[in-house]
Amino acid sequence: MVQSASPTVRFLKAAELDSRMLGMIGALAMIWVGFHLLSGGLFLTPRNLWNLSVQSASVAIMATGMVLVIVTRNIDLSIGSMLGFIGMVMGAVQTDLVPKLLGFEHSATWAVALAIGLGLGIVLGGFQGLVVAYLGVPSFIVTLGGLLVWRGAAWWITSGQTIAPLDARFRLMGGGPEGSIGAGWSWAVGALACFAVILLMAGGRVRRRKFRFPLRPLAAEIFLGAAACTFIVAAIAVANAYPWPIGSVRRFAEANGISLPPGGLFIAHGIAIPVLIAIGVGVVMTFVATRNRFGRYVYAIGGNPEAAALAGINTRWVIVKVFMLMGFLAALSGAISIARLNAATNSEGTLAELLVIAAAVIGGTSLAGGAGTIAGAMLGAVLMQSLQSGMVLLGVDTPLQSIVVGAVLVAAAWLDGTYRRRV
Amino acid sequence: MDQMPDALVAMRDVAISFGGIHAVDRVSIELNGGEVTALVGHNGAGKSTLVKILSGAYQHYAGTIFVGGKEVAIGNPRDAKAYGIETIHQSLALADNLDAAANLFLGRELRTRWGTLDDIAMEAEARKVMRRLSPHFERFKEPVKALSGGQRQSVAIARAILFDARFLIMDEPTAALGPQETAQVGEIIRQLKADGIGILLVSHDIHDVFDLADRICVMKNGRIVGTVRVADVTKDEVLGMIILGNCPPSAIPGPGASVATNEERGRQR
Repeated sequence: MVQSASPTVRFLKAAELDSRMLGMIGALAMIWVGFHLLSGGLFLTPRNLWNLSVQSASVAIMATGMVLVIVTRNIDLSIGSMLGFIGMVMGAVQTDLVPKLLGFEHSATWAVALAIGLGLGIVLGGFQGLVVAYLGVPSFIVTLGGLLVWRGAAWWITSGQTIAPLDARFRLMGGGPEGSIGAGWSWAVGALACFAVILLMAGGRVRRRKFRFPLRPLAAEIFLGAAACTFIVAAIAVANAYPWPIGSVRRFAEANGISLPPGGLFIAHGIAIPVLIAIGVGVVMTFVATRNRFGRYVYAIGGNPEAAALAGINTRWVIVKVFMLMGFLAALSGAISIARLNAATNSEGTLAELLVIAAAVIGGTSLAGGAGTIAGAMLGAVLMQSLQSGMVLLGVDTPLQSIVVGAVLVAAAWLDGTYRRRV
Repeated sequence: MDQMPDALVAMRDVAISFGGIHAVDRVSIELNGGEVTALVGHNGAGKSTLVKILSGAYQHYAGTIFVGGKEVAIGNPRDAKAYGIETIHQSLALADNLDAAANLFLGRELRTRWGTLDDIAMEAEARKVMRRLSPHFERFKEPVKALSGGQRQSVAIARAILFDARFLIMDEPTAALGPQETAQVGEIIRQLKADGIGILLVSHDIHDVFDLADRICVMKNGRIVGTVRVADVTKDEVLGMIILGNCPPSAIPGPGASVATNEERGRQR
């Protein structure tokens, strides 16, 4: 069977690459190049790609948690409302509670607000998880209730008033010129990432050799490592090619007593902090899902709940933990959303749950449970955001944007189903 | 009857009911190491329920269970495994989306010194045990749903014997298999028996039972009809036990034996 396969298929087999994931990357590349050509060269610019990365961060973070929720054959419809409610709480904490206790613009304000928000996320998510796992109410119903309850609670906190402006340090989580780490740090992060990639690949190879397992061909391994490092370097280069806007540069120069040279000053954005958070979440969640006992149980429950229980796994508690994690990530996304807006509003995160579920599904998560990857879901989030911002660049009307995104979601799910049946 | 049984595994007056129906009704049974005991009976006779009690799938049951002469409480699958009782369920209880190694170690994963999953060590162990059961098996990277019925059965058996089981429960191990694979499972059962492992074989197939078992225990309507040595009985007599609850003279009758049998037996004598 392997002999009759085409050279490409043989290479993919040898490299043990996920052809599904490659298909998604191919689709994303087509969308990017397509929009670039249609928009007359506006899409593949540092500025647009940088903005795309910031806009994708919030949905991508929640999508990593949604993968685990859906893998266990559950759903969480409440995360948009939870994001809004926790965002309001974090806003109130930093503008009302902390100033009363510690004083205005205290350096710990952001940390207190964030910690309370994340803790609240775990509690709310865990509560919904308990109702699902121990009281046996379907997660669709529990989180549909949550969708209404948390949105109402978000309204209630300030009787519908918007909370603004927010703490200056907290705002850094939202991105923008100050909320980016600059060229030097970006290169440092890139170097660290390349180093980690090489270390992981080499380590895996050494271990496989120790147990005398079949190894990937060395050429394939080197190719993959080089491809990954090239991608990382390219991404950093793009982020570093996007300069601060002139207004921010002027303010920065005044604050530091530098006189602006006639040609202006080139200060690179570098990676935005929300994007860095999203990447960190992606790495940690991938680790949790694939290299950790909890993750193994999550997938086992999705594959066969009865088998998982008979293997001695406390399936109910695992479900509760999955919902806790989802709540935590919704809170983190909430922090990023309000920081980016520099305001907490009671409508923040409306319909976010649907975008997140769509991202997970486009990323190959099966609603039947048991299958889905973190990286796929994050890629799904980027893909949807690409469609949306590409259409904005082309001046497509808002209603038509929704129509296109909806159609893409259905088409992606259909393609995925066909692919699964064949492989 | 109050003394401790010296059998490897013994159940005494075990009962469980669901919604007023006595699925298992005061069953007493003794099971020895190095011996295959077949548990037979109609659908709904209570075989699977009895087996599930022993494997820890039900929390609330009446009666006592002894392992190695000591009274034990089996409240969940972990307890059963801790006493060396492993179960191969009729449904195989495999997570279809995971590969063979992940299934073998499900709930008992090997971990590295950093607490992460040691997939490579688990695969190495899986290769070792699978070589014994199914020498040509090579599909370690694929989810078990891609495997054939016999291969899946091998994975389920491998999981049970991987952790030094003392007692093995096999619920319909050959129901989904072809003739060749059935013979293979039979070979494995003989091998395990020779290793001194006690086996409780739940089966519909009377031929399999006569082929593999040393003793036969028949259940009907949640009760034990009788227990008999395979050498002392014919297939027709066993069928009589299953269908009518008639105990032949060579059997030790249980509470489920029909009363008519005793009268008949009296007449015969």
